[in-house]
Amino acid sequence: MSSHLTSPPPPVAAPGAPERTPPPTAQPPGRLDRLAAWLDDRLGFSALAPLARKKKVPIHRHSVWYYLGGMVAFLFLLQVATGILLLFYYRPSAEEAYQSVQFLMSEVKFGWLIRSIHAWGANLMVFTLLVHLFSTLVLKAYRRPRELTWMTGVALMVVVLGLGFTGYLLPWNEVALFATRVGTEVPTVLPVIGPFIGRVLRGGVDVTGATLTRFYALHISVLPAAAALLIGVHVLLVQRHGMSVPIGIPQANLRELPFFPNFLLRDLIGWLVALAILASMAAFFPAHLGVKADAFAPAPAGIRPEWYFVFMFQTLKYLPAHILGIEGELVGVLGFGLAAVVLLFLPFLDRRAAREERSPGWTAAALLALVYVVVFTVLGYVVVDAPIQ
Amino acid sequence: MSAPGKDGNHRALGECRDCPKPCGEADGQPALAVTPAVSRRRFVDWILGVSGAGFMAAVLYPVVRFLVPPTIAEAAVNSVVVPFRPADMPPNSGRTFKFGSQPGLLVRTRSGELRAFSGRCTHLDCTVQYRDDLEHIWCACHNGHYDLNGMNISGPPPTPLPIYTVNERGDQIVVSRNA
Repeated sequence: MSSHLTSPPPPVAAPGAPERTPPPTAQPPGRLDRLAAWLDDRLGFSALAPLARKKKVPIHRHSVWYYLGGMVAFLFLLQVATGILLLFYYRPSAEEAYQSVQFLMSEVKFGWLIRSIHAWGANLMVFTLLVHLFSTLVLKAYRRPRELTWMTGVALMVVVLGLGFTGYLLPWNEVALFATRVGTEVPTVLPVIGPFIGRVLRGGVDVTGATLTRFYALHISVLPAAAALLIGVHVLLVQRHGMSVPIGIPQANLRELPFFPNFLLRDLIGWLVALAILASMAAFFPAHLGVKADAFAPAPAGIRPEWYFVFMFQTLKYLPAHILGIEGELVGVLGFGLAAVVLLFLPFLDRRAAREERSPGWTAAALLALVYVVVFTVLGYVVVDAPIQ
Repeated sequence: MSAPGKDGNHRALGECRDCPKPCGEADGQPALAVTPAVSRRRFVDWILGVSGAGFMAAVLYPVVRFLVPPTIAEAAVNSVVVPFRPADMPPNSGRTFKFGSQPGLLVRTRSGELRAFSGRCTHLDCTVQYRDDLEHIWCACHNGHYDLNGMNISGPPPTPLPIYTVNERGDQIVVSRNA
């Protein structure tokens, strides 16, 4: 071992006059170089070098959107890291969950920081993911041969929303309990399979400690594993197909930036900025804990789910009890279900984009959907329920 | 440590390694044309290194502090009333009781005397028990034996079991730490 790592004495090391040593023209490899060579002999990581050299990022006026995917990946890793830290103190039972989070926030050094970064990081990750998805949609980056990249991306969105939904319950506070009751009640309006889905989600007929244990299992093992797998496939596909250049951007003479290290270093700056924003949010607006959940207390006023579910929540509020003889809730659930299916299979529905032609119809539909989501989200926050006349 | 040049800009020995240009030190003349460019590179490296180290420290410090468990003040218990009566303890029997957050062992000897010990084996912290067939205290984990004075008589325990004072007050058994 040591014979590999100790450097030979310098060629001329006459004590007394070292500064007279002429600089050798070809330096013997330094310690680090030789350690790298030793490791490479065993691990073969230099095989990755051509791969890293091959990857280029096209430069054009829409290039800024290329940074968002890496940003989501960074935020995901941050969630994994802070989530693992939280596991050191969290206790997943109805009796102990709230107290363990309270202990974490008040007694554990920097507990408030870790939990706040996890909570804010989740929000920022969902937001960045939605922006990434929407920009990909409008730039039609899903067109051939990137259909599967898009579909793994939509699946990732579902998994990340699931992570948000399950994580929200874990502190076992009042708002979480009721948001979870509402959220797990929604699928029960589906005919035949609805009640079954509800019971499986809740681990029983009602939201109890059994639901908490179930959500904990989903939140810390099933969903992160699914996310990691999907991210792996997603990134592999991006590597295989390269970055998509939007329709209408002339492909000839397109400037390119090497991914490694140029683009990655720019990514790094974005990640540092994201981390700084998160740390500031955590410091100035630490995550709340609220009141411990009580299954028999009445739901507090102004209860609403996480912001990214609010537009659906608000839609269900506005739907009348019955539409054309069908239960209003069911119409809403089926509508959102249909929208998700359309989103998933969009690469196959947008025939024009598949032929490298512009598809303004789908762009308009996407913008309309965005307006809908924004308007209903805003409504969810500003509209106060009118008292019954 | 280094050989300062006449202009004070000279680098230490061995730092010329990556410099492709002939170094001015070779002929004893400071190479003024080369030095500024190299200094800039060194400056940037230094700034990057210090920022990187600062960043790592800013991340690692909270994480390490987070992982160190907060000290919870333990209520120091000096005396407990055990939750069973003297009549519950026949001769040649032993029962475990809670002495604060630690287990204690109460033994009634064949002759009818009550004795109390710490319940934690001095070897590796297992909870000991009274063996009525052997008429002494035994630790199941590594076959450690103590006599009824708490002395370690066989097996791996290195020291005797701490002994507590037992007082019978009517229907109660009070166990106290020896003063």
